[in-house]
Amino acid sequence: MLADRTTERRLNIPLLSPIGRVFLAFLATAGRLTLFAGASVSHCVRAPFYPRLIGHQMIEIGYYSLPVVGLTAIFTGMVLALQSYTGFSRFNAESAIALVVVLSVTRELGPVLAGLMVAGRIGAAMAAEIGTMRVTEQVDALTTLSANPFKYLVAPRLIAGTLMLPVLVLIADIIGVFGGYLIGVYKLGFNPANYLSQTWDVLETQDVVSGLVKAAVYGFLIALMGCYHGYHSKGGAQGVGQATTNAVVSSSILILSFNYVITALFFGV
Amino acid sequence: MNGSVPKISIRGAHKAFGRNRVLRGVDLDVGVGESVVVIGGSGTGKSVLLKCILGLLTPEAGSIQIDGQEVVGMGGYERDRIMHKFGMLFQGAALFDSLPVWENVAFSLLDSGEMSRQEARRVAEDKLAQVGLGPEVGDMWPAELSGGMKKRVGLARAVATEPEIIFFDEPTTGLDPIMGDVINDLIVKCVRELGATALSITHDMASARKIADRIAMLYDGQIIWAGPVAEIDRSGNAYVDQFINGRAEGPIKMAVRV
Repeated sequence: MLADRTTERRLNIPLLSPIGRVFLAFLATAGRLTLFAGASVSHCVRAPFYPRLIGHQMIEIGYYSLPVVGLTAIFTGMVLALQSYTGFSRFNAESAIALVVVLSVTRELGPVLAGLMVAGRIGAAMAAEIGTMRVTEQVDALTTLSANPFKYLVAPRLIAGTLMLPVLVLIADIIGVFGGYLIGVYKLGFNPANYLSQTWDVLETQDVVSGLVKAAVYGFLIALMGCYHGYHSKGGAQGVGQATTNAVVSSSILILSFNYVITALFFGV
Repeated sequence: MNGSVPKISIRGAHKAFGRNRVLRGVDLDVGVGESVVVIGGSGTGKSVLLKCILGLLTPEAGSIQIDGQEVVGMGGYERDRIMHKFGMLFQGAALFDSLPVWENVAFSLLDSGEMSRQEARRVAEDKLAQVGLGPEVGDMWPAELSGGMKKRVGLARAVATEPEIIFFDEPTTGLDPIMGDVINDLIVKCVRELGATALSITHDMASARKIADRIAMLYDGQIIWAGPVAEIDRSGNAYVDQFINGRAEGPIKMAVRV
């Protein structure tokens, strides 16, 4: 009987304990993140506010991300037009190229690609900056100087991220459609007026609005993950590096997951 | 100790990180206007004790009172009010990289909105002069400063709001002996001019002898000896004797593998 129990323990513990540990660690992280998000949002809507810091972050996120988002958008629009042509020409459906470009860019590729590019640029920078502040005791110094780190560091980044991503995506939408137009008109020989009218005719308010809603959610998530991982980093340079990686990976996964959720909410059948 | 109510009173403070019990019932009083230095080896919990008083960590058990008011578990407006009494010089100065030196010094003044940027700049330059730095340093960035200058700027920031209590975390660590002594002199001068209460932690005995009215030794999570600085050489405590004389042999065993 005793031997049976020992054998059972030997069989069970190595198999189940790592799974249990991972599950418990996941729950603990989810709980910490929820509390962090709750505290951050509450500081976003309560005075005092730091307009200078919010403005600085808006420039950092919006203005300085414009080149990378713009380049991504224009090449995406161009590739989309080219690929659509090679596919649709088999069925004599070339006229659908404008439709495919504008709907793909406004609904999906604009927000998702802009979100991923900003996650790589801004999410990493936020985690690195706040992480360095954490390990060099600058976050503790803020507290001793009676400045709440959530108000001073996290809230401005969340507000700026949520407000600036839709602006970036709106610009990316225009540039992406323009990329498709360039290929359609100058390489595939479409009539410019026809291409533009086809684009305009199929576009509905919901297409653009859904993209902008996605962008606002992605902006919030990128800033949240950058701040969360930076705020909880420890262990010097290695810890900051780990926080940066975690911020980019987790915000990218969240962007792709929420992309499905928001798409299902707007266009789900 | 002056007055009946200590400025800082700690009773039975416990703090653990997982299974590592760092503080195991710390008792310590700091009187009004008194300068107390807590000495002890690396990893004995000196910084943890300081962070518990500052509210950066929460002890699992025990009491910490400031001016007779319990601060463990305190939050919101009351905590803000208590924090305004504090000034802190961090071990690495912890200057904000994103702000020029003068904005670092005047941070609290600017943040509270109690004065204009011009006025705050003037106060910052006064405080920089107090620690022997010229107004031109105000426009420099923390990354451009030497270790000694960073400590001076950190000290100027700690005293900028004229706090009632100033904490010093290893004020001379990483400095050459002469610069260390300069910082010690500045600490004594600033604390006296403000009439503030000071609580410092260090393992530098030269620094402790210079800035302390009273010394307390932290070992194994408890204060094992406390007394006036003049009495530390005849404490009659083997742990204190070993520590202040820096001997490898004695009751304090270091985990060293040869």
